[in-house]
Amino acid sequence: MNDPILELRDVKTHFAVNEGFLVKRQTGSVRAVDGVTLSVRQGEVLGLVGESGCGKSTLARTILQLVPTTGGSVVLGGRNLGEASRRELLESRRDLQMIFQDPYASLNPRMSVHATLAEPLLVHGICGPSEVQGRVDELMRTVGLAPRFARKYPHEFSGGQRQRIAIARALALRPKVIVADEPVSALDVSIQAQILNLLAKLCREMNLALIFIAHDLSVVRHISDRVAVMYLGKIVELGPALDVIDRPRHPYTRALVSAIPVPDPDIERSRQRIVLAGDPPSPIHPPSGCAFHPRCPYAVERCRLEVPALVAQADAREAACIRLGEIV
Amino acid sequence: MPLLEVTDLRTHFHTRNGIYRAVDGVSFTLERGETLGIVGESGSGKSVTCYSIMGLVPQPPGRIVSGTALFDGVDLLHCSPKQARSIRGKRVSMIFQDPMTSLNPYLRVSEQLIEPLLIHEALTKREALERALRMLEAVGINDAARRIHFYPHEFSGGMRQRVMIAMALITRPEILIADEPTTALDVTVQAQILELIRRLQRELGMAVVFVTHDLGVVAGLCDQVQVMYAGRIVETADARTLFHRPLHPYTRGLQRSIPGLQPKGTELFTIPGLPPDVSKPAAGCAFAPRCSLAAGTCTAAEPALVEASPGHAHACTRMARGEITPESL
Repeated sequence: MNDPILELRDVKTHFAVNEGFLVKRQTGSVRAVDGVTLSVRQGEVLGLVGESGCGKSTLARTILQLVPTTGGSVVLGGRNLGEASRRELLESRRDLQMIFQDPYASLNPRMSVHATLAEPLLVHGICGPSEVQGRVDELMRTVGLAPRFARKYPHEFSGGQRQRIAIARALALRPKVIVADEPVSALDVSIQAQILNLLAKLCREMNLALIFIAHDLSVVRHISDRVAVMYLGKIVELGPALDVIDRPRHPYTRALVSAIPVPDPDIERSRQRIVLAGDPPSPIHPPSGCAFHPRCPYAVERCRLEVPALVAQADAREAACIRLGEIV
Repeated sequence: MPLLEVTDLRTHFHTRNGIYRAVDGVSFTLERGETLGIVGESGSGKSVTCYSIMGLVPQPPGRIVSGTALFDGVDLLHCSPKQARSIRGKRVSMIFQDPMTSLNPYLRVSEQLIEPLLIHEALTKREALERALRMLEAVGINDAARRIHFYPHEFSGGMRQRVMIAMALITRPEILIADEPTTALDVTVQAQILELIRRLQRELGMAVVFVTHDLGVVAGLCDQVQVMYAGRIVETADARTLFHRPLHPYTRGLQRSIPGLQPKGTELFTIPGLPPDVSKPAAGCAFAPRCSLAAGTCTAAEPALVEASPGHAHACTRMARGEITPESL
């Protein structure tokens, strides 16, 4: 096993909540990411799942240093990005790229595919102006687009093709880590499968580490080596993908898995389903103790008082629930 | 007699770039209390089918070229505006994908909820509010007496969808048309909303047309399912038959594209190519260019929907002729 390429140590990202007209004062904070510790190795796909508002996108932005961290550290290849100078950060950005959910919003409509892919190459001085054309053609072929489309603009492509362009742009600098925030959620089922195959192939061939954020557990189960489940800014369960999704331990993961509709009428109509009551709580006023306790079918008095820690278990799995032993 | 009978519906959009045949010859029936699923990718015409029935297609650029939609002896596509108003929003209701854009942000939820009652049932405002409150409680909104006076932005996504369902069901409609009502929601909230629709359907005995791209949702909810591609129905069957013995290559392709059904680590099955451009109709079967089983005969003539067994019809020329078997899909 090689060493982790990216490590998060107790990362916290809080946003101030201000109130008042003219004179603003801070009245509270949103703990979007609240103490996340994770690591990813080269060639590994880490799936990150959770409901909307659980902080998974903020975590992605924190890793990329697109929002300031409140506490903890993000370490990429031995360099602490929170303490890095602007120059060092620019260097590290080469190794760390992002793919966004909406390929309609994440590509500049006024830039042709060629310009989109050439820009990072020139900014980072990866190749001279004479070599750009060759590299752009190569990138387009890598993601399954014909180089003859290089002069076209984003609006001339379908959603799936645009997502391919976004992937090509992320690959332009030969990064070591890619963070993909819901890269297939906006696509149709048949196109989704094409993009998933492409991402899996690229990770394998280029030994990329991929942090794959999604709310669709069946997609995450398919592509990931390990899965982290987030709830209200904290990781509640972490482990090998098949174990976590096929045999979940944390009550929240159980409910999440049980909520996925199974595309088979016989199974779907006969199985037991855990339907959670209510919505995820507000991160401005998180519940005391375990944040999941108001919706948890197993909650007892103790859950309201104690904040459960993410505890490593014997089989490379981790879960944050004080009643794990009692609810099997 | 079926509750709703749609025959040969064709809705085209006339634009500068040509004629988009969004719905091109769709026929189906809906029985009282039945749940019909309409499945397809974006652009397959599933939403436009519903919009046409509800009279929500903007004309122009839209044009309903042909077809009838008989509901209780009234053709919804050709009746007078007055007749349409007495049915739409009262006996046939619709809910949409995005509750934020389909609720009026300037009006309190209470005013929006009682509007159909004031229009259709001539209740006084107080009576209507009383009914609205009971409806909000029925869709599972806690503290309804206070929250009924909130504005839409004060609710979360799942709660807004409940408000919209309450609004659609307050007149006790006979048909509920649901256009991807859970697509924008989290899976846990989706499970709540599906459970709610199931329960209310049992209680009110209404028929539901459920439009979705998610085969998993269809499996749990629908009695009859029809699969649409390029504005046409390519296969229709009861849910069990459709999942266990699909007869159209496209249905099988959709089913095989679902990541959850494929062994982990293997390459996912994909349908090659892109969904067709409905402004440039190709000869013959619209799916032929993407179909691995297509032959020369597929592009020769437009395939008709043929019945393979009672209630199970498909539009595949080669399957109908016995050139390919269900096992080979």
